[in-house]
Amino acid sequence: MVRRPADDTCSDAGGLDAEETPEGVSRRDFLTAIGLAAAGVLAGCSPEAREAFFRKHFRELSSSEVETRIANLRSDYVKRFGEDVTISATPARPGVVFGYALDLSRCIGCRRCVYACVKENNQSRDPQIQWIRVLEMEKEKGIDFETANPYYNPERVPDPDHFYVPVACQQCRTPQCTQVCPVGATWQEPDGIVVIDYDWCIGCRYCMAACPYGARHFNWGEPTLPQAEFNPNLHVLGNRPRPRGVVEKCTFCIQRTRAGRYPACVEICPVGARKFGNLIDPESEVSRILREKRVFVLKSELKTEPKFYYFYGV
Amino acid sequence: MSDIRPPQQPETENGEDGGGTEEEFSLARSNALIPLLIMSAVTVLAIVLVIVRAKPVIPPEGSVANKAFGPADFPLVFAKEEALAAPGEPTGSAPMVFPVPAPPFSEGIFPCMQCHEGIPPNPERRTLEAMHSDIVLHHDEEHRWCLDCHDTNNRDQLHLANGAPVPFTESYKLCGQCHGTQYRDWRSGIHGKRTGYWDGSKRYFLCVHCHNPHSPRFAALQPLPPPVRPQFLRPAAAAVAASGDASGARHEQEEGNGAQAR
Repeated sequence: MVRRPADDTCSDAGGLDAEETPEGVSRRDFLTAIGLAAAGVLAGCSPEAREAFFRKHFRELSSSEVETRIANLRSDYVKRFGEDVTISATPARPGVVFGYALDLSRCIGCRRCVYACVKENNQSRDPQIQWIRVLEMEKEKGIDFETANPYYNPERVPDPDHFYVPVACQQCRTPQCTQVCPVGATWQEPDGIVVIDYDWCIGCRYCMAACPYGARHFNWGEPTLPQAEFNPNLHVLGNRPRPRGVVEKCTFCIQRTRAGRYPACVEICPVGARKFGNLIDPESEVSRILREKRVFVLKSELKTEPKFYYFYGV
Repeated sequence: MSDIRPPQQPETENGEDGGGTEEEFSLARSNALIPLLIMSAVTVLAIVLVIVRAKPVIPPEGSVANKAFGPADFPLVFAKEEALAAPGEPTGSAPMVFPVPAPPFSEGIFPCMQCHEGIPPNPERRTLEAMHSDIVLHHDEEHRWCLDCHDTNNRDQLHLANGAPVPFTESYKLCGQCHGTQYRDWRSGIHGKRTGYWDGSKRYFLCVHCHNPHSPRFAALQPLPPPVRPQFLRPAAAAVAASGDASGARHEQEEGNGAQAR
């Protein structure tokens, strides 16, 4: 940069003398000092803070950077929830696409799955966030979202005049939520699970507006999670405790299913209505159901192509 | 002038004519309008007041409508889950081997021969009075009786229709004699419940873990509480106080559904 004389025209902006301050510090020296000070602050601060400052999108991280992020997250959670914390970033297994099937003729609407999901996935207890919503529908009307009631509370279920449709994330093959995200904080993994990078989410809630199933939930307040109820088996893209101001959703219990386990809702269901497995494996339970039963998906006219199927097993 | 008057109001100007009619006519019209205007103004005011002054319907503190329940409120539900779901490490699944947990016998009832050892079998169909009076057969009771499934001589096992003995841990074979489609679906994992690994070792649940064999219709359950309606979602603190109320206690009592007397 060519050094210009002090009476240059650039000094007329706001009447400030940009070249020479009264003390005689040149602009170059000033900017150099600021740059050195910033570098010094960044060099002096903790590696966690540095990592947060230069944070990259999760999918751009190298494996060593993933380990750094996991270590940083772990130290944070250990402070809040105690020593017993394991965080994994298990990637998708090749040759696996997860699918889910739910037997509407068996579901009795007991909401065990809702609370098992809350327990497994560390949802905020208050303000309450639940990833599964069980809709009560009238048998006379069939699947009708207009008259569906999620707040039913009789003494005993099932009610003879109603049936129950639990709705969580449908894990669409063409998800609208990922397409509208302005920062790319949510995407579909190779095994079909739609995940969110909670560090990258800016909380604009476009995805919630785009989701036709109401499957995404926003942390309006600081999530409360009692230490005693904390599930320490975590996945970076799944059930790790979320900060305020980010969106969260069902991940097919990514921390369990990528380790080969069934999701928590499958394991708690007292009537065995929930089925989970690999859609590519022709011998999996879900593949058998797709072959042998009549299945349907919710709002198929929207071409979201969910991997969450409903069927009548009778 | 007169020909521009609206003809549909002749009663106001009956028998009148001349310049005075114009003023009288408009006066009459406004007279009719005034009460209408007043009435509509009052109505609008009333509606506005109702809207402005209405208080939101807030359920009392700690009532089920605005209490955010968590899994900790239903310890028995989830204690049961953990007790049952304890599979081994993932292994390759061998076909047609069905690892099942122990059948859900009533406390202290098995082995049956500890009592039946010295009792001579009585194959006569009758109402049981001395023992097992708590069992009410509600499963094609018109055609069947105890010894159609339980073995007459060895009470520790069951028998098929052809007389072949079946242990209690393989009772699905007995059920499958009549419920063939359900048996087929159960073997391929469509009917019934499995826990464990989707790609490995699974724990199959027997028919009798969910269906009481003497009364197989799945018993109704009490649902866990509904979600908090969005207008009652509050930030923490306020709702923490209200906990451990009657609803949580009710659930603890009724969780014995799957394990009644068999």
